[in-house]
Amino acid sequence: MTAERKMRINDVQVKFEEGETVLACARRAGVRIPTLCHFDGLSDIGACRLCLVEVEGSAQLAASCVTRAEPGMVIRCHTTRLAEYRKVILELLLAERNHVCSVCVANGNCELQDLATEHQIDHVRFDYQFPALGVDLSHGQFGVDHNRCILCTRCVRVCDEIEGAHTWDVAGRGGTSRVITDLAQPWGESQTCTSCGKCVELCPTGALFPRGTSVGGLVRDRGRIELAMAHRRHESCHG
Amino acid sequence: MTRTITIDPVTRIEGHAKVTIHLDDRGQVADARFHVAEFRGFEKFCEGRPFWEMPALTSRVCGICPVSHLLASAKAGDSILGVAVPPSASKLRRLINLAQIVQSHALSVFHMSAPDLLLGFDSDPLNRNLFGLLASEPELARGGIRLRQFGQAIIEALGGRKIHPSWAVPGGVKSHLSRESAQLIQSQLPELRRFVRGVLDRLKAMLDSFAKEVASFGSFPSLFVGLVGPGRAWEHYDGLVRVVDEFGRVAAEFESGRFEEYLGETVQNDSYLKSPYFKPLGFPQGMYRVGPLARLNICDRIGSPLGDVELAEFRDRAGRPAHSSFHFHYARMVEILIALEKTEEMLGDEDLYSGRLQVEAGVNNLSGFGCSEAPRGTLFHHYTVDGDGVLQKVNLVIATGQNNLAMNRTIQQIAREYVADGAFTEGALNRVEAGIRAYDPCLSCSTHALGQMALRLQLLDAAGRVIDERSRA
Ligand code: SF4
Ligand code: SF4
Repeated sequence: MTAERKMRINDVQVKFEEGETVLACARRAGVRIPTLCHFDGLSDIGACRLCLVEVEGSAQLAASCVTRAEPGMVIRCHTTRLAEYRKVILELLLAERNHVCSVCVANGNCELQDLATEHQIDHVRFDYQFPALGVDLSHGQFGVDHNRCILCTRCVRVCDEIEGAHTWDVAGRGGTSRVITDLAQPWGESQTCTSCGKCVELCPTGALFPRGTSVGGLVRDRGRIELAMAHRRHESCHG
Repeated sequence: MTRTITIDPVTRIEGHAKVTIHLDDRGQVADARFHVAEFRGFEKFCEGRPFWEMPALTSRVCGICPVSHLLASAKAGDSILGVAVPPSASKLRRLINLAQIVQSHALSVFHMSAPDLLLGFDSDPLNRNLFGLLASEPELARGGIRLRQFGQAIIEALGGRKIHPSWAVPGGVKSHLSRESAQLIQSQLPELRRFVRGVLDRLKAMLDSFAKEVASFGSFPSLFVGLVGPGRAWEHYDGLVRVVDEFGRVAAEFESGRFEEYLGETVQNDSYLKSPYFKPLGFPQGMYRVGPLARLNICDRIGSPLGDVELAEFRDRAGRPAHSSFHFHYARMVEILIALEKTEEMLGDEDLYSGRLQVEAGVNNLSGFGCSEAPRGTLFHHYTVDGDGVLQKVNLVIATGQNNLAMNRTIQQIAREYVADGAFTEGALNRVEAGIRAYDPCLSCSTHALGQMALRLQLLDAAGRVIDERSRA
């Protein structure tokens, strides 16, 4: 007989289904775990590390988006240690590329900015890197500002997994990584891009935007895309 | 032994600056110079950005008159798109610019300059500020504050935020004026107009007692530059650039997009402020002044009843053209009245409340010009973009910079008048500063530097040694 599918998250008893992630269970139980690279309906890669949780009996922290729930697991999502780690992660993201919210298209509509506010980040303890990265406005409808990209790869995954175009990829390593279209051609010259705009919808920051967007002018409407993803989940569950 | 007096920082202006007064061997003033010490390289860091961001980016150049940059930048964007914005958009932009003129002039007149004018240039510097004014002239000080709030409230009603609105964009604006806001604006107008007329009367009555200041605060012939509208009337948002000479004759009139053909810029090695001049006359003969004084000097009429009466009287009292920069204050008050009058005229226009706000277009021109009258004077933006709309080059020519040569002349004149035999009094120094304040220079803009202006004054001898120094933060 298999053990009962139950676990504890922040002292809440949670039942789960086979194969569910800790993140999914936590969200169902109403426990908020911050994320950036995760998006419901896309594959998970555990890249941003914001969703780290403590697992009792394990010395390692686990990225909850890629950790399967196990019977009897005891999870803590909101310890002082985790809060400090999350702060550091956000500060590192803010220090790495140029995030001057006041002149950003996503100002007021940005997941990174929201998380920074939520985590009360009023200064950054690391040296700003601010590499001078370009803006590619060659596409007729959209633009990409690499200065605001946090390399979450949501664009890469949604384009590949949902649209099926696989226009986006990540080139380079470490600090020189950046997202590219096709084989690092200007977006406007991409043969594969269908101009569906899904990547622009899912980008958590001001890195992808409709051309012509003014500062603070970005509006996102994820309704349609969420619907498409729900449909896809439904299909994969029911054949 | 020649000596130099340095005023650093100059107080009650926006930004940071220094004045040096150079004395000759006999202790007489040989020269006086205005230096601006900060540099922000704003034009450089805009390169590589999408031009759609520029209205918001450039309105960050300055926290004092963001609206002016917003408008000039949106207009430069219109010109890259190659579109004429819908009537609602241009009228709403006009309305916000009038509000900006009211609030900025109110700040200059009541907060910055009224303490000198009403409490006296030689009064105790500890009280010679807005607080001193509140104590001795509470009605006037409060009225000034109300005027400023009025302008800011309109900006907020349109732009959403008092400072740094990103409301005007290439192709138009983001929102209409609401009828509730219009009512609120309307309800305050009669009282404010009464107040402004009262202050104007008082100012006119005081002019005689300032005869010496009128004669020495930048009283010299120069060119005047600004926009004129249809019928060569007073203008603040669109129209032709007009250059008028010391006799009031029109020296040139041109489309604002051709400003680089007519206006050149030199860089002096002791200041980050560039010095523009009128090219046909060369440097430095091509020195010109912009701002309220220039706008009243160059136009043929105002085009509103109260404004026209005031213009006639202004010309009677101050001359046509008015040569003394002391009259910037007077011109500023007249312009506040004009702006209130024109605001009231506009409120009845249905286009403010309904109608198309923005037109969409792609990049149709690789170069775009935008020009508007900032409270402090004519503002030019020139952008060059690539075919995708990425900025390649940005040139901002700003009001304060254009007054730079005249400001230098002004402080030389004042120093010669008030600094004698190598000695200077607090009142003399204050007059030097006041000479600069007359132009209401906004140094954060003109050097694209950040912060409130503070000024240092140094007195240097013939060998260039600092023999006295005063500074106020
Ligand atoms: S992407 Fe987000 S965090 Fe970065 S500058 Fe823009 S609003 Fe701020
Ligand atoms: S462009 Fe946006 S979605 Fe793509 S990796 Fe960067 S931040 Fe993520």
